[in-house]
Amino acid sequence: MSGTEIVTFAVWLIAAATFILALKFLASPKTARTGNLLGAAGMALVIAWTFVSSSGMLEHWWILVVGALIGAVVGTLGARRVPMTAMPQMVAIFNGAGGGAAAVVALSEFLLGVNQRPGGELLPLVPMIATLLGAVIGGVSLTGSIVAFGKLQGLINARAVTYPGQQIVAALLLGALVVIGIVLATLTNSVPLFVLFVAIALVTGVALVMPIGGADMPVVISLLNSYTGIAVAATGFVLGNYALLIAGTLVGASGAILTQLMCTAMNRSIFNVLFGAFGAVVAGGAAAAGGEQAAREITAEDAAVLMAYGKKVIIVPGYGMAVAQAQGPVRELMDLLVAKGVDVQFAIHPVAGRMPGHMNVLLAEANVPYDRLKEMDEINDDFASADVALVIGANDVTNPAARNDAGSPIYGMPILNVDHAQNVIVLKRSMGAGFAGIDNPLYADPKTAMLFGDAKTSVASLVSGVKSA
Amino acid sequence: MTEALDPRALLDALFILVLAAFVGYEVVSKVPTMLHTPLMSGANAIHGVIVVGAMLIAATAGDFLRIILALVAITLGTINVVGGFVVTDRMLEMFKRRPGDRS
Repeated sequence: MSGTEIVTFAVWLIAAATFILALKFLASPKTARTGNLLGAAGMALVIAWTFVSSSGMLEHWWILVVGALIGAVVGTLGARRVPMTAMPQMVAIFNGAGGGAAAVVALSEFLLGVNQRPGGELLPLVPMIATLLGAVIGGVSLTGSIVAFGKLQGLINARAVTYPGQQIVAALLLGALVVIGIVLATLTNSVPLFVLFVAIALVTGVALVMPIGGADMPVVISLLNSYTGIAVAATGFVLGNYALLIAGTLVGASGAILTQLMCTAMNRSIFNVLFGAFGAVVAGGAAAAGGEQAAREITAEDAAVLMAYGKKVIIVPGYGMAVAQAQGPVRELMDLLVAKGVDVQFAIHPVAGRMPGHMNVLLAEANVPYDRLKEMDEINDDFASADVALVIGANDVTNPAARNDAGSPIYGMPILNVDHAQNVIVLKRSMGAGFAGIDNPLYADPKTAMLFGDAKTSVASLVSGVKSA
Repeated sequence: MTEALDPRALLDALFILVLAAFVGYEVVSKVPTMLHTPLMSGANAIHGVIVVGAMLIAATAGDFLRIILALVAITLGTINVVGGFVVTDRMLEMFKRRPGDRS
């Protein structure tokens, strides 16, 4: 073993350690930022060493420079410019890029292997299986992530898109992938067949994510993130590169757990998320139920008085707050109420917004102190003693149907008990159904009053209402 | 696909794979909900290490097709790694200003 190889192993080891520590540190608020920087440092080290140590790299330096320049500019601009509300889809796009890169690396390795065997003999079985896995999983992750991005960005129909025979089509695609994979591994190393294999993987990614409703996209992104990790691990196996192998496996495993945690928070199984076509059937049902719910409206002044003279107000933020960028005015409202001696708390549902932790990030951005942000289990019993529950653009996570209507598609999902409060004030743009496409009986509750309008405008009028109250 | 032929090397890789899977599982199994998004995003950046794989195929790229593939892979991989770390840092930046909170 040469000196260079020894250093290579040392670099892989250091990188692997930083990646593990990065994940560990990211799991606690105090160390999270350090963790991320540590991961980036490990990454920089392994990239730099790969550049210096690989023979042939200097000859092709321009590929690296051009690719890295384009990638760095696109990545930085995307990450810097994106508004906080669009974070989830940005993560989806970055994930898709990684999956695509893994698929391309697998394809290129296959071509290299074929070029090295002019006689047409088969590629060695185990690395070939890993190559096929890298190509198929990377390909699925690429197009699946693009569809997830499109749904969250509103470029394509966010509802669960279903069509007759969809399950059969998905089964046929997967079957075709298995058959072609076996043929490539055992019978022929035909390049066109490999290209067909990748093409089917790309179609499969679209076919798997299209039938899933927009509300479930965070789970899908987390799952695709895990997939990309597995694809990267597979290419690491092929290349005999332990940095890729370890990093990919770490992300594959931790992504799978994270996906599981998210599903548990919604009381759904991963199978139900992927194949349940959540929100598609329901959209029809809700319309048939003839959705004119009787809802009581309230003026901003009355709502402000109700809160200013209450003892305890619990604010329930949701995606509506994020879209309207209302977190600043919400903080102002909190300050005013606290100054008047009102006990103000925030109730954060685990899946409020479109990503777990989404609300925490936004409210932290607006300088709302952590200790006022309560997780669901912590605060659910407090609603009964609250004078006002102020729901800002949250819908499905407050829907009592999840608790008492066994026929509701979200039945069994843990919800915030806003209906236990003395008064419920709901800020909402219109009577439209939530992201999951389900009617909310909360709005018909006599305790509930609606304040229609853009969340930022509504909160601003509440603020001036409280000032003059 | 030249180096990984040795059965011993394949077994070593398998060992690493299994152990890394257990570590990945353990390390994130207790995470507060509020950190799910940054954690997912950070993990997303870490699989951006695929850019190293892209560099390795660039190093062996002889013909035009494989040069183009390497260029595509490096571009995509760099987007993943740079964008991933920057966006995660941006999310976490919002948590940093508050000392003395519950952890």
